[in-house]
Order: sequence, then C-alpha cells, then structure tokens
Amino acid sequence: MEGRAPRTNEGTDMAKTDTKAKGLDRRGLSDDQLRQLLRNMFLQRQLDNRGFQLNRQGKVPFALGSEGHEALQAGAAMAFARGKDILAPYYRDLGLALGIGLSPYEIMLSIFARAADHNGGRQFPNHYSSKRAGLLSFSSILAAHIPHAVGAAYALQYRGQGGRAVLVTCGDGTTSEGEWHESMNFSAVHKLPLVMLVENNFWAISTPLDRQMAQPEIWKRAAGYGMPGKRFNGFDPIESYAAVHEAMERARSGGGPTLLEGTCYRFLAHSTDDNDMTYRTREEVTEHRKDDPVPRFEALLVDAGVVTEADVATLKKEVLRETNEATDKAEAMPFPEPSDLYTNVYEGAWQPWQ
Amino acid sequence: MATTITMPQLGETVTEGTVAQWLKKVGDSVEKYEAFLEVSTDKVNAEVPSPVTGVIKEVLVKEGDTVPIGTAIAVIEEAGAAAARAPESASAPPATHAAMANSVQEDPIPGFNIPQLETAAAKPASAPPQTNGRSARGGSEGVIPSSYGAPGGLEPDAAGEDALRKASPAVRKLAREHHIDIRTLRGSGANGRVTADDVLSAARMGPSAAVGHAIATVPAPASGTSTYAEPIPGTLVPLTQARRIIAERMVESVQTAPHAWTMASIDVTGVWKWRAREKDRFERETGYKLTLLPFFIRAVVESLAAYPLMNAKFTPSTSSGQAGIYVNKDVNIGIAIGLPATLVVPVIKNADKLSIKGLALAAGTMIDKARRGKLSADDLAGGTFTVNNNGTNGSWASAPIINAGQAGIITMETVEKRLLVRDDDSFAPRYVMNSCLSLDHRVVDGYVASGFLADLKKRLERMTAEGATL
Amino acid sequence: MAVTAGSKVLSNVEAVRETLYEAMKNDERTIILGEDVGARGNVFLITKDFVNEFGPQRVIDTPIAEASIVGIAIGMAMEGLRPIAEIQFADFIYPAFNQIVGEAAKTRYRSNGEYTCPLVIRTPYGGGVRGALSHSVSIEALFYHVPGLKIVAPAFPADIKGLLNAAIDDPDPVLFLEHKKTYRLVKGEVPDGHYTIPIGKANVVKEGAQLTVVSYGLYVHWALDAASALESEGISVEVIDLRSIRPMDRATILNSVEKTRKLLIIHEDNKFGGIGAEISAMVAEEALFALDAPIRRLCGPDVPAMGYAEPLEHEFMSSPAKMADAMREMVRF
Repeated sequence: MEGRAPRTNEGTDMAKTDTKAKGLDRRGLSDDQLRQLLRNMFLQRQLDNRGFQLNRQGKVPFALGSEGHEALQAGAAMAFARGKDILAPYYRDLGLALGIGLSPYEIMLSIFARAADHNGGRQFPNHYSSKRAGLLSFSSILAAHIPHAVGAAYALQYRGQGGRAVLVTCGDGTTSEGEWHESMNFSAVHKLPLVMLVENNFWAISTPLDRQMAQPEIWKRAAGYGMPGKRFNGFDPIESYAAVHEAMERARSGGGPTLLEGTCYRFLAHSTDDNDMTYRTREEVTEHRKDDPVPRFEALLVDAGVVTEADVATLKKEVLRETNEATDKAEAMPFPEPSDLYTNVYEGAWQPWQ
Repeated sequence: MATTITMPQLGETVTEGTVAQWLKKVGDSVEKYEAFLEVSTDKVNAEVPSPVTGVIKEVLVKEGDTVPIGTAIAVIEEAGAAAARAPESASAPPATHAAMANSVQEDPIPGFNIPQLETAAAKPASAPPQTNGRSARGGSEGVIPSSYGAPGGLEPDAAGEDALRKASPAVRKLAREHHIDIRTLRGSGANGRVTADDVLSAARMGPSAAVGHAIATVPAPASGTSTYAEPIPGTLVPLTQARRIIAERMVESVQTAPHAWTMASIDVTGVWKWRAREKDRFERETGYKLTLLPFFIRAVVESLAAYPLMNAKFTPSTSSGQAGIYVNKDVNIGIAIGLPATLVVPVIKNADKLSIKGLALAAGTMIDKARRGKLSADDLAGGTFTVNNNGTNGSWASAPIINAGQAGIITMETVEKRLLVRDDDSFAPRYVMNSCLSLDHRVVDGYVASGFLADLKKRLERMTAEGATL
Repeated sequence: MAVTAGSKVLSNVEAVRETLYEAMKNDERTIILGEDVGARGNVFLITKDFVNEFGPQRVIDTPIAEASIVGIAIGMAMEGLRPIAEIQFADFIYPAFNQIVGEAAKTRYRSNGEYTCPLVIRTPYGGGVRGALSHSVSIEALFYHVPGLKIVAPAFPADIKGLLNAAIDDPDPVLFLEHKKTYRLVKGEVPDGHYTIPIGKANVVKEGAQLTVVSYGLYVHWALDAASALESEGISVEVIDLRSIRPMDRATILNSVEKTRKLLIIHEDNKFGGIGAEISAMVAEEALFALDAPIRRLCGPDVPAMGYAEPLEHEFMSSPAKMADAMREMVRF
C-alpha cells in the first residue's frame, strides 16, 4: 500500500491469501516437515498462553506473548540449520527458540526464573540464551543485539566458514533504532552471511506503523543499503519458510545479507504490563483474528490431507501434556540463592569494591 | 630588531620537528606571512610563514636536522617601525599581568622547577601567555579549608577545648592509645592544629614534655581583662595553664635540687669583633640575626665535652632502677626564651655537632617559632643543659633556676665595655661579659663547676676570627 | 636514559603500537576495528601499515558509527574472536554507551556465564593539547561505575604494554584509556617480549612519608615532578600511580594512607563524582582513624569541558606548580 502505512492488514499480502482456493504449495517441504510446522505453531500458542495463565494465577509476575507470530517463526525455524547457523532473536521469538531446539522445559524455567534457567533467573522471561542451540544471549534493549549478530556473522566470514549464517530478528519498532541502521549498513558493506528478518506485526507497543515510518514497506530499505530485500506473508508458514530459506542459502553461500520483512499481527497486548485497549479497538483485533494463522494452517493441512482431524486432536493433547509436564517440572525447581547475585560479574569470584 | 624564530608545534602531541627545506637563505628578504621554510613532523608537513617582515639574518638549523619544539631555528632582522610593536607570533605572550608566583603555568617539562615561594612572580623559561592576574588554580581554591585548626585569640583553656574538638581521627586514636590529654598539647600544624606527630612526640618524651609543650605559647589576652602580660594593679590575674605549670616546675626544681652558684667575667672582645664582621652578611644570607649566643653555645658544648658531669642528671632510685648520676650521651642545649607572659626553653638537639653557623640557624629558627607560637612538643623535649641569654635586658648577674632534670644552667649577662688592667699593667678597653652558672650540688661540686666555667672562659677568650669560619 | 639489556626506550604511543602489533602477529583471532585504523593507520599512526601486513579483514576501517563499532566487536567476541575496538577520541564514545554499559558489561552476567565478552575498547582521552571541547574529555567516571566492565589508564610505556596485553587476554570487556598528551611526551624503558601486568594493581612510583598522592594518566607525571621538587624543601610525598581504575587497588592506597596519614587525590577529570570521590569514600570508610587531615581532591573544575582558548585550557588543567602548592599545604596542615 503506497503513501500510507496501513492500520490493519487490508490490502496487504495477508489479505490476499486464500488457501482454500489456491491449494497447498508445499515449496519442497515433506509431509513430516509440514506436520512439524503445525506442531511448532501449536506448541508456541500453548506455551505462550501458559505464561499468561500463570500470571493470572499470581505465580509469575510477568508474561509476554507472541500470538500472531506462529507461522512466521515456525517457517523461519524450519529454514535454520541446527548445529551450524546462529540465531540472534528478540524477546517475542518463542516459536523460533522452540523451532531451533529449545525445549518447553527450558522455556518454562525462564518463565519461572529458576536457578536452572540458562540465565540463572536473571533475565526477564523470553530472553533465551543457548550456546548449544546457537542462540545468542540478548538483552531487552531493542536493536542492541543486531550489531552483535553482525559481529558474529563477521566471525563466520573471517573464519571462512561457508554453509553457516546468522539469522537475526526484530520487530517493526526496532527498525527505527540507529543501531539497526548501522548494522544493515555494515553487513552490506562487508557482504556478511546474515539475514535480517523483520517481524512486522504493525504495532510497536502502542505506536502503529504509520506513526513509525513514512515508508510502510520495510523491505524497501534494502535498496538503500545495497542489499536484496523481500516481503512475505508471515501468516503463511510455508511462505515464511521459503523466504527465509532462500535468504539463508544466499548468506551461507557467500551471497551477502538480505533484508526480509514478514508481515503478521500482534493479537495480544505487548505484555502483561500493557493495556492495548488504550490505543486500539477491540474490533480491530477481532477483525485480524479472522486471519489467525494457527487455525488457518490447521485447516489447510487437514484440507490437503496431510493430517486428519483426529491427528490434530491428538497433536493438541500431546502439546498440552508436554506443556503441563514442563510447567510442573520447572515450577518444582528452586529459585537462585541470594548469594547467586554475586556470581559471573567477571571471571572468577566476586569481591567487594572490585 | 632581531626576531628569533623557534620550531613550531605542528600537531597536538608532537614534540619535535624536522627542517625539511629552507625556502629562504641568509640575506634574503621575507614578508610577513610569507613561507620561508618547510617543516615536517611525523604527522604532518607544513610551510611555516614568517611572523615579521625583514631580512633573514641567521639560519641556526640545517636541512634534515630534527630539534625539539621551541628550539631557535632562525633569526630575522625586522625592518624599521614594525620592530617597535609587540610581537604577534603565536609564541609570544600577550602583555598581561604575571600570575601568582605559586601558580605559573607552563607546558610541563620533565624536571619542572617549582618556583620558590619567597621569590617574586617568576618569569617562565619559555613564554606562554599568562592569565590576567586572577588565580590560575584549576579546581578548588586552597586545598585545605581554614576552618581546620585552632584559631588565635582564644583563652588558653578554650584553645585546648577547641583543639580537642577539632582533633583529627588519627590524633584522637593516638591520644587514646598513649593516654595523652589533647588539651594539654599545643599544635605545630597549620593554625596551631595538634597533629598526629605532636601526639607521638608527646608520647615519646613522656608527660613532662607534654606539660612543657603547653607552656609554649600564650595567645594575646582579650582586652579589658587583667593578664600576666598586662597586669592591672588591684586585680587578680587568673593563672593560665602556662603560668601554673611554670610555677609548679620552678618549685619542683628548687625543692629537689640544691642550687649552688658561681660566676665568671669573660673578655669577649675577640668574639665581639668576629660577630661584628660576620653579622651583616649572615643576616643577608639567612634572614636571621647573628648574636653572641651561637658563639657562646659553641664554647659551652666544647666545655661540656671536657666536663661531662655538667651534662648529667641526678637520678633518684625508682622501682625500675637504682639511684645514680646519669651522664647524657647527647648534648641538647636548651635556650631560654622570655616572651611577654611566659618562658619557653626550646632545645637545639645534638648542638655539639653543629658549627657556629649551624647553631645560629637553629637558634634563629627556634626563636622565630617561639615568637609565632609554633614550637612543637619535640622542640621542647630532651634538653640536657640550658643557656639563658640574659644580657639583652642589661642584667650584670643573675641566679637562674635549673631546669628540672639537668645539672646546670648558665647565663650570658650584658656585654659592656670596661677598662681592664693587663698583665703588663697597661690599660685596655675591652668587651666584657659576665656568665653565671647555677648547679645542682647533688651532681657536681664547686671543683667541677668552676673548672667548667674556667674552661668556658678560656675558650671564649681565645675565640677570634683569625683562621676560623663560622 | 640508561637501558637495560632486553628492553628498549619507547614513547607511550610506540608502546601501544608495538603491543598491538605483537598481538596481531601472535593470535589470528585478534581483529582491530575502528575509524581510520586501516589505510590511515590511526590518526596517531598507531596502526600504520597494519592493514598492509594483516589485511583489511583483520584491520577494519569501519563506517562512522561508534555504537556499532562496539556492538559488532561484542558480537565478534561472543563468537570467539578477540576484537580490539577503537573509538577515535574518547569524546566520541557516547553513542556507544548503550553497547558498552548495557551490553558488553552485562553479557557474562545476564547469561550466567554461558556467553562472555572478551573485548578491548581503546580510546585516547585527556587534554592539554588544545583539543577544545570535543577532543579533551576524560570519560572514566562515566564508566567506572559499572560492574562487569574493567577500566585501565596506564601512564608509562612499560605499563601500557603490560596492561594492554592483560586487557587483550582478559575474558571480560576492558576499556583501555590512553592519555593523548603523553603519547609522545612520555618515554621509558619497555622490556622486550610478551608480559602482562595484572589489572587491578596500582604502582607506588615514589615512596614518601608525609603525604599520599593518588593519581593516574598525565597527572601522575606532573605529580611526580611536583613531589620531586618538594624534596628540596624537606617534604616527603608518596605518589601512587593508580594504573587500573576498575578494579582499583584498594590495598595499596590504604597501606599508604596508614603510613602517611594524609591523602591527596589528583585527577584531570571533573571533581564532582570523579574517581576521587570513590577513593575518598573508601578511605574514609576503611581508614578513618589513620587520617590526620581531611582527604582532599585536586581535580578538574566542574565545567563541561576545557575551552580551546589557551587561558581557558590553562585554567582547567593543573600543573606541577599547582600540585606542589596543594601537596605543601597538606603536609603543613
């Protein structure tokens, strides 16, 4: 849509999607992989929801949701080469974290802030870190992680490690930060093996897209940096996979960075500390819910005969069971000790007045 | 007028430059702002413009040579009237007032010489621009605020309370540890502050020193009250700490030591003339006056070496040791100084190791400190023999009271011109001075005492300028 | 000056250069990145010709983007390289504050040790070179507050080499401050070969009995000049070169104050909230009863920066004479 950023998804690629009419374009994915996509989306939705349930139960002080991003992240995760690629996500990437190999238990440890959490209960929930999975530690500061991703990509290039790339993600809001710009510029100058995936859900907390940028199509900035750019429908997991896969392959083979924009929508408020009814209408949200990617993809796969309805029911039960198990196991784990406050400031033991 | 050109600083951190190429040679004329040489540093190459119009008179550095910034590299003879104006090159300062002597700012050079406090506003070696006379201190004015230290003008007891109140943590801790009452101390620090060293000295010397220290100064009395310094007939002068202590010590001395007394008359003509010859130069060089006192002390220490019992102390038996006469190893001469309301006896330590000049400087320092109330406990402690220069007030003879703990005290009475009969019955006007010795008869008898005094007389009468140095 | 075998005389800037060169030669993981470090060889020629020898992949001329100079270096460090990022002048470091304080200093802590950030950030700081408002500031007070970050500011060439090597080896982020006025002004003997000086150890550069002076950077040299001159007045001053701002060598400072009973902290940076404030608090807390005088600080005036005009810079900067005055006053207190 030229000239004005949209408030809703009218006229965007999302609206044009009509899966029933088009039929299934699997873009090289097998049935198993398609089922895996669905599973990831269910698991993300379930775990996401569990965080809010626990918050309403008074068991955790904070939860941050990612509803609306399931398709985008499941597809992107499928394009990620485990054991080789590096992921530099932001805090709404629950689906990506699960998709690259983090377990529901690790997710719940983070929500409960237990000592066994990767971050020792120090970070907010959703701030994942896993050297094993190739997930770079990040903070809550938007765009601060993107130069890190650039530096990591530089290291890959410097060591001549072909077949490896960095997938860095952020929301539409982050693209206004100076460090986003500096990172795009540098990675283009050096043709780094990096994919910048912008998950455009049209809201930066309370700021709609048209208040954030005059050019509503973020992918178009790529030309300004001298790198390829592409936009895709983030409510379609297969399209998401295809776009990310293409860009990652380009990066892995020395073709340099790509700017990808996946459009989706943020169904929930920013977090439990946000009341989204102060800045948008319930009608708008309800309208977008009609395009909820999770039931949509479920219906698509059932229609295409990749899964039966019974399969889906079983899968949902399975996901719920996993979630419950992970919740119970994590909740039973101990908090960090007070003395744990003092560890890992520097290498070695902490000393007062150090 | 000749203008010297120096190697310019062509870069923030550059310290030297190389003459790359002379664009003019000796005898060439040059216009102001015209480039006349090329300089290279490791950061930049540059043409250097002339600061004046004139003729190149001298070239001091060859092409290719590297010299530090500020080195003279050429001399230009300025043309005509331009010479009379103030130089405009960057290296000459604008005409401003000199900064305070303490705060002259220069580019730091290793081995920087701090200008002495006493000299007038020093001219810096190179000529940086100077401030317009306001303080050139960066940051705070004076490092220590003047609120610290006991102010002058307080009654002695009030001063003691003030010293206690303002005592630093170190002073409090040390005073506690050594069981010393801070109020009995007088400080040698700024504004009379009691310092940690003052407490430690008092602790070393024992309680009597602390007490003696308290006598060291008495501030000027507040107007309207009767004081020892300004007694009003018909009033009761309250006893100051100092007066109380002096009284106690005098009684103690007289009651414990049986005082005997002897006197000699000494022809000090030679010394007098020697002093006369040296005094102007001495005063010029050191700022102190040269009196007969150091000459006298010099003779005293020599005589004490010959008569060590005069440098002794009667030691009654105590729980820790037997009675005896302790013969001091060190020769620490106390000099009695009378001030308006009190008496102090600072000590020149190891006086036997000092020359006459050294004694004069030591005495001068002590007298100055005494007048300013700056004597420390250490200054007053450790005396083994005392000299009292009584003569300045015209006294012909006196019977001094021994400082408790010593074996004798000797005076210098007034110097007067007398007509003496020589051995060959001729008359001669000579400078004559009496000297009176009080002795502790427990320690020495007349034999030792008069022997000492006779020895002293002989030494003094032998002292002349011929072949001697101060 | 006399040179012992196995060492040579270097200026401060030469010591930086030599140390960086050896690090580049000996460890392929070492990367230098910053503005004008490649073809120009750094504005003080510290990395002159490095790019010819080590290649542009290891000596990176970055765009003008301080935040990402540090941010990208953090990413390199997290991914196993040993980056040495340069901020061309300390005055330009503010855009990188987020990355230094919010990210580098917290990487180990927030990931509970899973990720670390072995990063060196080098930058020239300090005035006295007519650098005016944006080429003269001191920045250590802004950063020394932050746990997780280390800061060193050596003043002598031998210390520069030892501490820079230690910083490069250090598994945590180190801010390495180089006083630009000392670059060519200070020369000294530097031992050959690789050695490190532990970060967190100060150096007593002159022993004395009546006053402890603590300083760092250019001012150490001026304090030494002042203290040496005061010897002829019978005044004995002990001078401690801090070398390491965080962690700071508290033991050396306390031992010295126990001995001399008086403390004067001298630094070029503004007084309010500067390094001297922390030292004063620490000494007051831990050695109050050793003190025979209030702790004093002789520091830069609390104005935003030193001006370009010479009288303004002079007024801001101290001098050996001003320092001697302060020392004398304290000893006589």
